Amino acid sequence: MLAATIVSIVSIVSLATTPASAQTLRYANQGDLKSLDPYTLRESTTIAHHGHVYEGLTARDKDLKIIPALAESWETPEPTRWRFHLRHNVKFHNGDPFTADDVVFSADRVRAKGSDFQSLVPADAKVVKIDDYTVDFLLTTPNPILIAQWDAWYIMDKKWAEANDAVAPTPVSATTPSYASLHENGTGPFTIESHQPGVKTVFKANPNWWRKPEHNLKEIIFTPISSEATRVAALLSGEVDVIEPVPIQDIARVNASANAKVLTGPELRTIFLGMDQIRDELLYSNVKGKNPFKDLRVREAFFKAIDIELIKTRVMRGLSTPSALMIAPQLFALSKDFTRPKFDPEGAKKLLTEAGYPDGFEVGMDCPNDRYVNDAAICQAIVGMLARIGVKVELLAQPKALYFAKILKSGNFSSSFYLLGWTPATLDSHNVMFDIMGCRDDPASGRGSTNVSGYCNKEFDAITDKVLQESDTTKRDLLIKQGFEIAAKDFAYIPLHQQALAWGVSNKVKLTQRADNQVLLYWATKQE
Amino acid sequence: MLAFTLRRAIQAIGVMIAVGIISFSMFRYAGDPVNQIVALDASPAERAAIRKSLGLDDPVPLQFARYFGDAVRFKFGVSYQFREPVAELLKERMPATLELAVCATIFAMVLGILMGVYSALRRDSWLAKIFQAVSLIGISLPTFLIGILLIYLFAVVLGWLPSFGRGDVVRIGWWTTGLLTVSGLKALILPSITLGLFQMTLIMRLVRAEMLEVLRTDYIRFARARGLTTRAIHFGHALKNTLVPVITVAGLQFGSVIAFAIITETVFQWPGMGLLFVQAVQNVDIPIMAAYLLMVSLIFVTINLVVDILYTVVDPRLRSSISRPA
Repeated sequence: MLAATIVSIVSIVSLATTPASAQTLRYANQGDLKSLDPYTLRESTTIAHHGHVYEGLTARDKDLKIIPALAESWETPEPTRWRFHLRHNVKFHNGDPFTADDVVFSADRVRAKGSDFQSLVPADAKVVKIDDYTVDFLLTTPNPILIAQWDAWYIMDKKWAEANDAVAPTPVSATTPSYASLHENGTGPFTIESHQPGVKTVFKANPNWWRKPEHNLKEIIFTPISSEATRVAALLSGEVDVIEPVPIQDIARVNASANAKVLTGPELRTIFLGMDQIRDELLYSNVKGKNPFKDLRVREAFFKAIDIELIKTRVMRGLSTPSALMIAPQLFALSKDFTRPKFDPEGAKKLLTEAGYPDGFEVGMDCPNDRYVNDAAICQAIVGMLARIGVKVELLAQPKALYFAKILKSGNFSSSFYLLGWTPATLDSHNVMFDIMGCRDDPASGRGSTNVSGYCNKEFDAITDKVLQESDTTKRDLLIKQGFEIAAKDFAYIPLHQQALAWGVSNKVKLTQRADNQVLLYWATKQE
Repeated sequence: MLAFTLRRAIQAIGVMIAVGIISFSMFRYAGDPVNQIVALDASPAERAAIRKSLGLDDPVPLQFARYFGDAVRFKFGVSYQFREPVAELLKERMPATLELAVCATIFAMVLGILMGVYSALRRDSWLAKIFQAVSLIGISLPTFLIGILLIYLFAVVLGWLPSFGRGDVVRIGWWTTGLLTVSGLKALILPSITLGLFQMTLIMRLVRAEMLEVLRTDYIRFARARGLTTRAIHFGHALKNTLVPVITVAGLQFGSVIAFAIITETVFQWPGMGLLFVQAVQNVDIPIMAAYLLMVSLIFVTINLVVDILYTVVDPRLRSSISRPA
């Protein structure tokens, strides 16, 4: 016992005094990595971490285009049948070969109870193994964007899962932790050497990876640092090489420092305001007997009262891109055909008067304060802008755990006026049209599951359904444009802006920043 | 003496049961636990099944009895975020917090006593006045600000000490210690100062006041008249009598040091129980919150009990007053 302690002390002291190899990259994020099970938590930071050790049938490249990964190619011989040809000679980290059995197993596991990724593979799809390297997915209805989210559906090793009692995705009331949440066995560019949940995770390069690595790293050490000042200090002092996110007020400071810079770029997330248009009387307003947001003129007035350029310069310090649409321009080819209605407080006041509110009215607003960049500050600015047109807003800003519990379906959509951010998981407009703009009158269909405002336009929904089935890209884009035009005319929502990404990167590291904010270090190089 | 101890022990158990009731009610009244476990679109049948498996349909006293029975055996359930048993998580993180708290207390006591004695003995020197100013700073600046200032000065500008984390740790059994490695010791310095600064000013002022008081008493004057050396008087007699209330206060404060560790751990990303608790609050991870509440209450109650008993052992005057019926 004593001897072991002495040996470990000696080895650790010697480790502490040798300088870290230049090919060790230290990465600190605001959030932490809890479970290693790739089906437990559908959250972009976690998905990015798992993307270093696991891979899906498809992946997305630096410009977010879909590229082959574990599937070399695929085709749709019929609209409801997708055939995937799997890559040969791929091994899991423990040496097991990757075959069609693993794909079938993963498809079942991802749809099982306890998985947070159930919607990625349709529940009624049949997955059939044709031979060791060919798998068919038989759907009940055509779905041209079936694979849009499959870069987050990671393939697991059937033999390993069965041998370690990890067939069910992380059981709920277990007395012992699930094996898969503490161990990994993927096909990806890195293996996990050690994992202390919430403290430190060490990744080691996988020498048997099937792709030729673009990185030159031997090791990645990930530590979460939730305190913003500490995270920036760690970057400035050189203790970490990459941090995400850099708080806006520290960006200039990091750029002025000698050993780090900030990578910025627009994120795919669109921040917008929603107004309750479904209730007959608002939950949080002094207007009784009717709902002011049901009147198009009131919604238009609210839209025109907001000075988005002022928010950009004063609140976001220039780090936002005002939106005209509910989706990021990078994700919709015809987005340039849309322009944002001008800021017009006089016109807004006139519209309010026409609608019957010459002295304005009072309304309650819900806002998160720790989810999006400067979210609470944006809401406070909006309170001031609406006060100019006579609307008195009472702002309730809360941490995200409470905020989402209140305004989402589980809280019965309890909001009259709220701020929300959305990145379509499929990186496609249909997700926006279906999830947040579709009527929510039929819960079983899943339409409008995150439509907190209750906006409902049957014509719009009909177009959404056509978009899902249309395989021709040009026709599809025109349909989407039609849909968005209807919603814009209705002033269904008030899109605000795309927030900016801010990654702090040491000058010794070259890194590609992807617009979906996934920090993927297998594209990073670090010099001596 | 025995009756006194028994009475205090029973009071302690009463406090623990009260805390147990509060932390149990967190489960029931701080939101539906089923919501935290299942996906947003789970069917009513699934929810009913989970309610049954968690025993949420049983009568409340039975649920509380079950909860408390498990808690006494250190079975705190499974964390919602980590999907690991909470007892394991706490066991993993406890050494970090305890080490930090002990180092902070030692720092506070050593420096506090030294500074307090000096400012009592050399009341009008300029060094004593500096100590007074420092004590004002220690009391008025909030902990997180002190932490960030120290990080800025020592990690960013000077680069002498690490800005976060615990450094390399050595595992001995289930305990992990940072005291045996260079990086571990370096990492302990700034957090200990941050956490201990408030304590240190408290102890310094207390020692100074007590020392001045003791130096005015008769027996010190008689000792001087008797011809004892200054050193014998100051350190042999005065300091010993000063220390008794100081140690009592420091011991009682140990509980609050562990509580304040939450802020220090958040600033320095120190992987202890406090940081675990803060993350649990942000993610509404009720099993961890309830378990942390119980653990910290246990520590407080135990320390208070031990200090009370020790106090009567150390100070003979109290023993007789206690054995007489109140």
